[in-house]
Amino acid sequence: MSDFEAKKDLVTLRINGITVQASSGETVLTVARRTGIDIPALCHHPKISSSGACRVCLVEINGVPMTSCTTHAEDKMEVITNSPYIEHLRRDMIDLILSDHPNDCMVCQKTGECELQELAYKYGIRNPIFSGERRIYSKKDGNPFIDRDMEKCILCGRCIKICDEVQGVGAIDFAYKGFDTKVCPPFEKDLNCEFCGQCVMVCPTGALTGKAWIGKGRYWKIQEVDTTCPYCGIGCNITLHISDNRIVRVTSPEDSVVNKGLLCVKGRFGYEFVSSPDRLKTPLIRKDNELHPASWEEALSYAAKRFLEIKETHGPDAIAGLSSARCTTEDNYLFQKFIRVAIGTNNVDHCARL
Amino acid sequence: MASLATIFGSGAMTNSIREIEDNEVIFIIGSNTKESHPVIANMMLKARAKGAKIIVADPRKISMCKFSYLWLRQKPGTDRALLNCMAHVILEEGLYDQAFIDEFTTDFDEWNKSLEEFTPEAGEKLTGVPKEDIIKAAITYASSRKAAIYYTMGITQHTHGTANVNAIANIALLTGNIGRRSTGINPLRGQNNVQGACDAGCLPNVFPGYQRIRIPKIHKKFENAWAAALSPNPGLTAPEITEKAAEGIIKAVYVMGENPVLGDPNMGHTIKGFKNLDFLLVQDIFLTETARLADVVLPAVCFAEKDGTFTNTERRVQRVRKALLPPGEAKEDSWIIAELSRRMGYEMNYSSSEEIFDELGSLWPALEGITYAKIQQRGIQWPCPTKNHPGTEYLYKSGFPRGKAAFTPVPFDRDTVKEDKEYPFVLSTGRNLFHYHYGSMTRRVKAIESHAGKAYLEMHPDDAAKLKITSDASVKISSRNGSVIVPVRVTERVRQGEVFMPMHYAEAAVNILTDEKALDYSKTPGYKITQVRVEALIGEEK
Repeated sequence: MSDFEAKKDLVTLRINGITVQASSGETVLTVARRTGIDIPALCHHPKISSSGACRVCLVEINGVPMTSCTTHAEDKMEVITNSPYIEHLRRDMIDLILSDHPNDCMVCQKTGECELQELAYKYGIRNPIFSGERRIYSKKDGNPFIDRDMEKCILCGRCIKICDEVQGVGAIDFAYKGFDTKVCPPFEKDLNCEFCGQCVMVCPTGALTGKAWIGKGRYWKIQEVDTTCPYCGIGCNITLHISDNRIVRVTSPEDSVVNKGLLCVKGRFGYEFVSSPDRLKTPLIRKDNELHPASWEEALSYAAKRFLEIKETHGPDAIAGLSSARCTTEDNYLFQKFIRVAIGTNNVDHCARL
Repeated sequence: MASLATIFGSGAMTNSIREIEDNEVIFIIGSNTKESHPVIANMMLKARAKGAKIIVADPRKISMCKFSYLWLRQKPGTDRALLNCMAHVILEEGLYDQAFIDEFTTDFDEWNKSLEEFTPEAGEKLTGVPKEDIIKAAITYASSRKAAIYYTMGITQHTHGTANVNAIANIALLTGNIGRRSTGINPLRGQNNVQGACDAGCLPNVFPGYQRIRIPKIHKKFENAWAAALSPNPGLTAPEITEKAAEGIIKAVYVMGENPVLGDPNMGHTIKGFKNLDFLLVQDIFLTETARLADVVLPAVCFAEKDGTFTNTERRVQRVRKALLPPGEAKEDSWIIAELSRRMGYEMNYSSSEEIFDELGSLWPALEGITYAKIQQRGIQWPCPTKNHPGTEYLYKSGFPRGKAAFTPVPFDRDTVKEDKEYPFVLSTGRNLFHYHYGSMTRRVKAIESHAGKAYLEMHPDDAAKLKITSDASVKISSRNGSVIVPVRVTERVRQGEVFMPMHYAEAAVNILTDEKALDYSKTPGYKITQVRVEALIGEEK
């Protein structure tokens, strides 16, 4: 594209009096956020297409309230994001959402990470002014991974879109109409789900959480450690959430370099093995054809002695080492160095072929 | 990987994961991407949403077929014929890149001659894929300058795996679809650190960084670096080690974090080999099937209990960090190795994993520019030769390290699957979405186990009807090496005459059935084709 053409695609608009440039395909919400002006939104999410469902991102455009997540920036647009009129409308939208939302933040797992709670706090909504019928759902929990509390669902549609657009599964959708609308699998029956948990990642409220981490601690009391997923070769960037020397939850930073926050069922929910009671806790030595606990000194000395004896009698090429594609590069480097130098053979391989 | 290295000079994914979304054509052959590499599948779907065409070549109706522009259902073991036929079409249609061929390749004429017999008509007969689809796939792939090939074990785990990889490389060279952004050859690595283990030199013919033992200059370099006399002879591969153990030539084996009893082909043969050893040392986080046979078992820590790096499928070196205290007396692998080494008279003194990493970097230029400090936030892709180098997003931007890459004729001997009345079914093995490898990790996750904890055999409805069985009925599946009993899942994912069994379940271990005869150059076993018999169970056994 030539400079001339690129310029043709640029539009100039004003947001809260600030003149900004945008490319013509960008939405007002994106441009504003890029400029450092925060516009709240509950249904908009950068990983999915916009629907304008929650109405929280309303702004005044040339004097008319419009959803900023679905309106494209245009030349000479005059955008106001924080007028008393807009703030009032926005407060009402949040108030309406809260009118049909359980007021149980004190026991909700999402507390502190909940986007709705954050807005209620910002707008100081303690008791919703709107009252009326509430949706009451009994919990239907057929799966071992994701906890669904549909009373906390604000029908933003993020979970539906990420499942369809990003995961390509389409396990869930809106069903029924009006007040009865809810998110569920087809006919509220067979959940054809990959349990990647992308829906849990984008849910703005406590409607979707991981079963494993409910009740395991508030997020601000949990230590976070950035590391790399131990499963397939993609090497997704993950954050381990640690409490009481246990992994209680795993997330991935949304802007992570490899996987952009996306994970699979193993990467998100597959860590119980770390604290399994089956973990080996002490060295074992075979005596009388059975493995018996031993000290490190005993085990290491015995192993070294046996290797030396066999090397002496049969030569180093009678010994071989098999290392692991699951251990670190450093472990593997040291392992082959041990086999090549301390043993003296090149009989070293791992399971890349297998 | 061995074969890719032979052709291009290094064996790794040529492109990056983030380049996937800009692919125009995604050609997946022998990779069940949606289940084995789910997040890569996410990136492919993103490309598709932007208009990319996905071509899937797989005997099974894998989940990715749902998103495919074209699905080629080749008969098992005919991948190389399919690829040869595609090359034939590309040549016929004049869609090759003559300038690229002239500048970067050799042996074109000889290879071109070898393709004569691979007409689309012949292809249809050999592979079972309609000739129109072969033509369409070839034209689609060759018409784009942003076409990339993705493969995994469906290509390599064959007795002719090297030939398959050669056939893939041939079509990339023919079209010049390599060496640029979003186009290349991408083997997706199956385990978190296969790349790192290979890079670190856990291979019998090369020192760290794929530096050949046979080259005297390199041998000398490592003798100097490690201040020790080193064997000049390449060692044995994993399948050969088991073989030689059974023959009594290998007397002792040290296994770190592997479970060859479940993982190697032909379990009976593997157990025989390992039982025949004078001494077996196993270092692991669980008492695996292999550890049960050991003379000494050493408890190691897992990924969350140590510092270090993993290198992912796109050559990105990334940090692993200690987050937990290990259980009981479990120790870091590096500590164990150093302690053992000291007792054998060779001191290894390292105060941190970083020091070990730096030593590796000092011996392999591709890693030399990477330090822990530089990968604190985000990993870097090798080659990264200098301290200010940003890493390498895609390989071969300025040609191949070996100079020119050669076209390799890939003959098709037509007898991978033999007519066999006694063992009429073709069994292939692989992963499902929920479990990982041989299950030592995921089978200890209750949520996963309760959802996907049962072994199964996928079988076509017509075959099931012939055996008068329905889903969940148990069958006895036998090969020449052994038999297992497993419930059936009746599904059209597999074709008539073909069955599939996931590899994760010890109670129905596929490797009781598979065969250890590794005839291939790379010594990779043929997990994807085992000829078996399936019998319905009656009475007691049920």
